[in-house]
Amino acid sequence: MLELRTITAGYDRRSPVVRDFSLILAPGESVGLLGPSGCGKSTLARVAALLHRPDAGALVLDGTTVRRWRHRAPRELRISVGVVFQQARLSADPRLRLADVIAEPLRANGRREEAAGRVAELAEAVGLTPDLLTRRPHEVSDGQLQRACLARALALRPRWLICDEMTAMLDASTAAALVGAVEDYRTATGAGLLAVGHDRTLLGRWCDRTVHWGDNETGSSGKVTCGRCG
Amino acid sequence: MTRRSPVLSVRGLSVRFLMPGGRRVAAVTDARFEVAAGECLALIGESGCGKSVLAGALLGLLPANAQTAGHAHLGDLDLLTADERTLARTVRGRLVGLVPQSPAAHLTPVRTVRSQLAETVAALTGVRGRAALRSAGEAAAARAAFPADHLDRHPHQLSGGLAQRAATALALVGDAPLLLADEPTTGLDRDLVDRTVDELRRHVDAPDGAGGAGRALLMITHDLAAAERIADRIAVMYAGRIVELTDASTFFGSPGPRHPYSRGLLRALPERDFSPIPGMPPELGDLPEGCAFAARCDRATGACAALPQMTDRVACHHPYPHPYPAEGSHA
Repeated sequence: MLELRTITAGYDRRSPVVRDFSLILAPGESVGLLGPSGCGKSTLARVAALLHRPDAGALVLDGTTVRRWRHRAPRELRISVGVVFQQARLSADPRLRLADVIAEPLRANGRREEAAGRVAELAEAVGLTPDLLTRRPHEVSDGQLQRACLARALALRPRWLICDEMTAMLDASTAAALVGAVEDYRTATGAGLLAVGHDRTLLGRWCDRTVHWGDNETGSSGKVTCGRCG
Repeated sequence: MTRRSPVLSVRGLSVRFLMPGGRRVAAVTDARFEVAAGECLALIGESGCGKSVLAGALLGLLPANAQTAGHAHLGDLDLLTADERTLARTVRGRLVGLVPQSPAAHLTPVRTVRSQLAETVAALTGVRGRAALRSAGEAAAARAAFPADHLDRHPHQLSGGLAQRAATALALVGDAPLLLADEPTTGLDRDLVDRTVDELRRHVDAPDGAGGAGRALLMITHDLAAAERIADRIAVMYAGRIVELTDASTFFGSPGPRHPYSRGLLRALPERDFSPIPGMPPELGDLPEGCAFAARCDRATGACAALPQMTDRVACHHPYPHPYPAEGSHA
């Protein structure tokens, strides 16, 4: 289970962006979180990905309450969550070749020897051809770079996947291909998914259920309020 | 719609980038289209297919290693052969208004919207004097529905939608007959996309000072929903070539587009089949001799080894026939 329990989070304690948000993801479940621009849903995604310490509330991952965040998070928790951001350009090191972008989580976790085989496997899964793997980010399109970022998120076989507006910058065909790659991975591994976005049709098609920002349909006592958009 | 004389007429526009080692990248090849006053042409296609390069070519904003060929007539002026002085003094802002991809990056971060509007008004119009500039700036903001009480804010204090309106206001100052919008809706949520394209449409339809015919709008986008909402005609670009040019109602409605790539793009929408086109677009530096889409196309045959010519608004050896049975209608 991935449990967000009455999370309050933001960048200024006096005016949190997210207040008392609760959401429970069962293993293998896919949940879409829908909300308008600037409502705080990306902040929530960062909390779920252990990248942002909430002001109050708890994140419980498979029974373990997360107490330390970002690089201080314990490795076994950190590698159980994979994350894909909206802007591939900003989330890939411009100096690395795509093969190294994808292999970085393996290297960072002392599994360098697995890298070659795993990168080839991942590249195939996300639809990257071998010639693209030797290029740097400025030499590929947004769609190709986002494919590499998805491969990177899957490199350590996370049990949970957080996709924050993964396809917002992409054309329809590339978006459908990436969603297909995520779903193939989930079918093979039973990973859970939290997909954050503003496209009702896309999330409705992609996920088992969708939660609207502002609605309290999460089955918890928490209230979802939205700082900037009422 | 009655055919008006085109504001922009592009003939055989090609752009080649010369790369180190003598490589040549064919970013745009033989593009041919027209945009009339009061009309919106949406240029759609995958990222990296050459759409933005085409826009850059029209404004003379390509890097030094680019070579252009063909013609792009805006009135009597050929944008492709015009020198930098002409482009800077008579074209940019005055004949072509650019609505940028990322307004937050387009605006100057350290100055207020008011001061940027006043600077643009002073540079593009004959208005002089502090008070006159101030009121002209406010009028320019009002035209793009930018709220007057936000004029003294800096770009980082604006939401995405308001930043987009500020950028649109700047693009409208010079009363240019042609607006060029390069991915104006990227990263906005659906409501903001709808509002942004509706506003752009208003500037196409409602001429304020442009003599009654309205403006011409060339919108470059990968957002099919935005294109459907705003466009009169759709040009589909694949691997640097326009492969289909058709009416928006035909494209999105029934009978639907005729090129297999256009059909694939529509099928990929989550409200339709949500199935991607197999494979990936070819490298622009290493295009095949024949049809660039053949490798991904389920209709490809031996004939596709030869380059298809644009006939009857589609460049394909095996286009879907007209009329097509009505299956493309959507909710």
